[in-house]
Amino acid sequence: MDLVQLQRQLVDYKTSLYNEGFLDEQFTQLQELQDENNPDFVVEVVSLFFEDSERLLNELTKALEQQSVDFKRVDAHVHQLKGSSSSIGAQRVQKVCIAFRNYCEEQNIEGCVKCLQQVRHEYSLVKTKLESMFQLQQQILSAGGSIPM
Amino acid sequence: MAVDETQFHVLAVDDSVIDRKLIERLLKTSSFQVTTVDSGSKALEFLGLNDGNDNDEDVGVNLIITDYCMPGMTGYDLLRRIKKSSCLRDIPVVIMSSENIPSRINRCLEDGAQDFFLKPLQLSDVNKLRPHLMRT
Repeated sequence: MDLVQLQRQLVDYKTSLYNEGFLDEQFTQLQELQDENNPDFVVEVVSLFFEDSERLLNELTKALEQQSVDFKRVDAHVHQLKGSSSSIGAQRVQKVCIAFRNYCEEQNIEGCVKCLQQVRHEYSLVKTKLESMFQLQQQILSAGGSIPM
Repeated sequence: MAVDETQFHVLAVDDSVIDRKLIERLLKTSSFQVTTVDSGSKALEFLGLNDGNDNDEDVGVNLIITDYCMPGMTGYDLLRRIKKSSCLRDIPVVIMSSENIPSRINRCLEDGAQDFFLKPLQLSDVNKLRPHLMRT
């Protein structure tokens, strides 16, 4: 595939991520903060998000497996995940977190377990999609092209 | 004609590693010098208030921006500690929160916060900081 085709593919891919609600305006803000002096800013922030989310998902799994679930603790973790997903524009993850917090407030264990499954799913989707997008970007850069914004 | 080259120093407090990175980039883009810490107690330590006594050290911070929800000391607790300190009370404090709770916002503003921003922080919010800055 030539450079122009790759760039076209990237633009289409990004557009689809916004259209399907995986990313929102906040992700655009992140890209606008990247420049020649900070060329890896977006990848760095997103990598931090991946690490942090994986930690939180593990904590949530453990917390919900307890005999007596500490809903405050569960809520605290979900609050963090909601915050970080909002900060990078991972809209679908953020939306599940909102529902998740409601179940925590109701102390509804079934609802929480269901939300954990959903949030894991949404997280894994957005992670795959962002990684594909970064790969495409890398291909373009390696071919000597620039990233269309 | 002298050009004012003072670079303002902002202390940013947030327990989220993602948000610290974001705030740092936002502030640096706006030409601020930035120090980030992950808790209220580390903020107080940096400001010279670690042993409960007021150190008269000039730590050169022109503004403090802090997250509200943090484990241990909240942003509100930090605000109160700063306003109680004779050498720190004049440093403007701005609070950020992901939650839009009017009573929370009002309480912070009443207790001395200069401004309150909803997260995620935008460049337009950072641009609103300059009028609040203190010249040391």
